Amino acid sequence: MEPIIQIKNVTKTFVGKDNQVEALKGISLDIERGDIYGIIGMSGAGKSTLVRCLNFLERPTTGTVLVEGKDLSAMSEKELRKTRTGIAMIFQHFNLLMQRSVLDNVCFPMEIVGVKKADARKRALELLRIVGLEEKARSYPAQLSGGQKQRVAIARALANNPGILLCDEATSALDPTTTKSILQLLQQINRDFGITIVIITHEMAVVQEICSRVAIIDNGELAESGTVEEVFTSPQTAAAKRLVFMVNPQAKEMQSKRCIRIVFSENSSFEPVIANMVLECKTPVNILMADTKDIGGIAHGQMILQLPEDEAAASKMIHYLRERKLTVEEVDSYVG
Amino acid sequence: MWDSVVVKMLVENTFVTLYMTLVSTIFAYLLGLPMGIILVVTAKDGLRPNKVIYKILDIIVNVVRSVPFLILLILVIPLTRAIVGKAYGPTATIVPLVLAAAPFIARMVESSLLEVDKGVIEAAQSMGASLWTIIVKVMLGEARTSLTVGATIVLGTVLGYSAMAGAVGGGGLGDIAIQYGYYRYQADIMWVTVILLVLLVQVMQFAGTKLSKKLDKRIR
Repeated sequence: MEPIIQIKNVTKTFVGKDNQVEALKGISLDIERGDIYGIIGMSGAGKSTLVRCLNFLERPTTGTVLVEGKDLSAMSEKELRKTRTGIAMIFQHFNLLMQRSVLDNVCFPMEIVGVKKADARKRALELLRIVGLEEKARSYPAQLSGGQKQRVAIARALANNPGILLCDEATSALDPTTTKSILQLLQQINRDFGITIVIITHEMAVVQEICSRVAIIDNGELAESGTVEEVFTSPQTAAAKRLVFMVNPQAKEMQSKRCIRIVFSENSSFEPVIANMVLECKTPVNILMADTKDIGGIAHGQMILQLPEDEAAASKMIHYLRERKLTVEEVDSYVG
Repeated sequence: MWDSVVVKMLVENTFVTLYMTLVSTIFAYLLGLPMGIILVVTAKDGLRPNKVIYKILDIIVNVVRSVPFLILLILVIPLTRAIVGKAYGPTATIVPLVLAAAPFIARMVESSLLEVDKGVIEAAQSMGASLWTIIVKVMLGEARTSLTVGATIVLGTVLGYSAMAGAVGGGGLGDIAIQYGYYRYQADIMWVTVILLVLLVQVMQFAGTKLSKKLDKRIR
């Protein structure tokens, strides 16, 4: 089937008073229907500009964007507005109408397309029920927490039954617990309504949590793309490694010693793998970085271990870990 | 001298002042509100940037705002005659009042609308809202508290201008103050008119503040 979004060689140059900024330098990307697609990059990489090119809030300088096979740049203002009603968007700072009640906020997109008021209210209440905020219908955004505001924004985004939902750093202003609940909601929406979701973020954890595919944007260019599994397990480019390893000042030091990175993806959370390995090999290891969590009894995440100097012990450990179906790679080639 | 004639005159002219102020403000908003909106929309980072329209409006607003009201009052006498048929009296005063207040309102509206969160406007754009919808439902809707505060300031200013028009036979409380206080040295009547003017401003300010608070759903 044809990809729902096709980005073809898109560039965007912002012309300032006496300088030009090339925010996007020729990006091509396909997003398949029903995917949760992560676009990740450091701040300033151009990902926010890229997502705005998907609904033409920013017009690409060159290149084309096809949504459902239709070229956005060929559309009249009116056609573009109509297309936008099928591409919802949520934002880092929620962007709710502060002077309208929660219910009226959710009704707003339906007012734009001319849904009857009574029908809009009914649908809005139904949407608020989906996001779990039915009892807040009469409240105003100022009375809600950040997570609740984003839920309202999500309900609002769903109002006109969009095929695509763009999320621009939607969880970046939220605490980790709230982030998790919002991501779960997005996942549920993707599953229940088959909405294709594009997630812009600078946090690898967000991508890992819900995305099926990921593109890494670095300095206006597409550095790498693929399934989250692939990119996370064996990042190819420096930009990808930087995001996956979450670069830190110790990186240089780690480079000089023998370190390995292990990725957990299918092991039971209940098995103390590292501890057992240490007992088995009778040599200690140094855990330089660990970021794992338990998702439904399966350990997910990664660790960077510093192995003993002794070659035999080190090989034995790597062997031990590989036997337990962990992905192990040496990270001395790692560039920060 | 505090006979019923003077009291009646003061009461009547309080209403004349109110009439001039309210009617002028309404007409001035009919001109100034669209001007303010156009200034915001055609500005460099507005929704429909247009250098020419923006610059022309900007200059008109600045020029009219820099003419002192008393001089504007005399300058536009021919126009006033053409519209109202005479150059004195409360109704005639409305013409220069509107002309003076409209650019002032344009600036007030402009600054109120510029306060509206750009992100909310972007959100409306992403939903496929038309320019008109964004102006009416997002910009005016979100800025309503600030617009109300602005309108209260405008009312006070127009009231002050209307009193100034009393100097050239404009009618109202300002006229009385000048006629009795200045030409006839009846300071007591002048003081009463001043107190009445102060009271009018107080009432307007109170009502305006109250209304803007009631309209504001951002703080609770």
